[in-house]
Amino acid sequence: MSEKTTNMKVVEGSYAVAHAVMCCRPDVISAYPITPQTHIVENLSQMVADGDLDSEFLTVDSEFSALSVLIGASACGARSYSSTTSQGLALMYEVLYNVSGMRIPIVMNVANRAIGAPLNIWNDQQDAIGARDVGWIQIYAEDVQEAVDATLQAYKIAEDAQVRTPVMVCMDGFVLTHVYEPVHLLDKELAREFLPDYKPANILDPAHPMTFGAFADPSTFTEFRYQQFEAQQKALVKIEDVAREFEETFGRYYGGLLDGYFLDDAETVIVTLGSVVGTIKDAIDDMRSAGKKVGLLKLRSYRPFPVQALRKALKNANCIAVIEKDVSIGCEAGLVTDLKSAFYNSNIRTPIIGFVAGLGGRDITIKDIKKIVARAEASRKGIESEFEFLNLRTEIL
Amino acid sequence: MAIKAGSLVDPCSTRITKTGAWRTFVPVVDHGKCIKCSLCEIYCPEGCVHQEEGLFVPDLDYCKGCSVCANECPRMAITMVLEEK
Repeated sequence: MSEKTTNMKVVEGSYAVAHAVMCCRPDVISAYPITPQTHIVENLSQMVADGDLDSEFLTVDSEFSALSVLIGASACGARSYSSTTSQGLALMYEVLYNVSGMRIPIVMNVANRAIGAPLNIWNDQQDAIGARDVGWIQIYAEDVQEAVDATLQAYKIAEDAQVRTPVMVCMDGFVLTHVYEPVHLLDKELAREFLPDYKPANILDPAHPMTFGAFADPSTFTEFRYQQFEAQQKALVKIEDVAREFEETFGRYYGGLLDGYFLDDAETVIVTLGSVVGTIKDAIDDMRSAGKKVGLLKLRSYRPFPVQALRKALKNANCIAVIEKDVSIGCEAGLVTDLKSAFYNSNIRTPIIGFVAGLGGRDITIKDIKKIVARAEASRKGIESEFEFLNLRTEIL
Repeated sequence: MAIKAGSLVDPCSTRITKTGAWRTFVPVVDHGKCIKCSLCEIYCPEGCVHQEEGLFVPDLDYCKGCSVCANECPRMAITMVLEEK
């Protein structure tokens, strides 16, 4: 892989993402600080104060206001940015639907964190997975570089005339926001070439009055929802196209909708998303040296959910383990349920076992991954338990 | 008329959005009993009762069938009738 950008630096994940946002040239930024997202907006605030970024930075009273402000800004034609996490994302819930329903192409980094109660500031992905149905596109990053690159790609996807859908770029809180690692910082000029200025077809303009998100009665409401659904289907193509265009400009590509690691000949496949991918790759290296045909499918796009691409990529596996940092209390967890649903009407009848792991910041180790693989392999002879909480501490229950 | 993604509408959209579709009961006025007191026009929360050629009539494009007019009419000249569509 040839890297066309040479500006590699060892920086904190939050700085790298803030730098990427700067390269996207947002006209308006509005955010409310919340751990572990704080450093992203602190850095952006500094860039605006130093004159490095020509944006209106609006400080507000809450996440609800932060995102509401951006609806107005974006509807007036301003490229708009926010970032949040956990309870902050939860507080935005009503506004999330308004943004997607009005087809406002806001991009927001979500620094994934557990949601209380119990109070917990550590990483898991309950916040974003819990918001899977709000009509936003969700892209998950494995490492800081991917979070940086996905942020720039996100505006191009969101603002596409056929898509016009907001995007959450999800990065694991602390694990990626607070880590220092070598990152190719984006080149401002290349970023400008890749992402032109935002020029929406319709804007709020007193000279040509128009209402966004107007009342829709039962005779039209379904059709508005259908349009959003269709736009996400179009995004399946756009996300891949944008990832390829990004490769042409910047020389980096790690899959559009999904990516594989030793996937082609793998008998046992782990499906997951986010930063745990790094640990899993190390575990797979170990298991491959021991002759085990284990592979990984890393999902980048959770919404839209790439049903066809998943069926194609997983058709040769003979057992699948899903590892995810969220739980749908009352019915398994988001990713495993969606994956089973993608397979049900196909001819794929591979056993799928779901593992909830890493909730509230609990470590997921290489040993854990090997244990999961062993459990998945045993499922070929019959599924004993199709869903479990990994390393559940029964002694304290 | 095709809808615009994002529920974008031009000004004066209420002229084409007939909110009377919500109605279950329709007010039927017995103009013989009416004494032209105009209480129905005054109390209508939609402002959709108007005088036409001296008679008080509800605009059924916007009347939601709330029965306020029938309730306020001192001569019981307005009856709410189940409307089947």
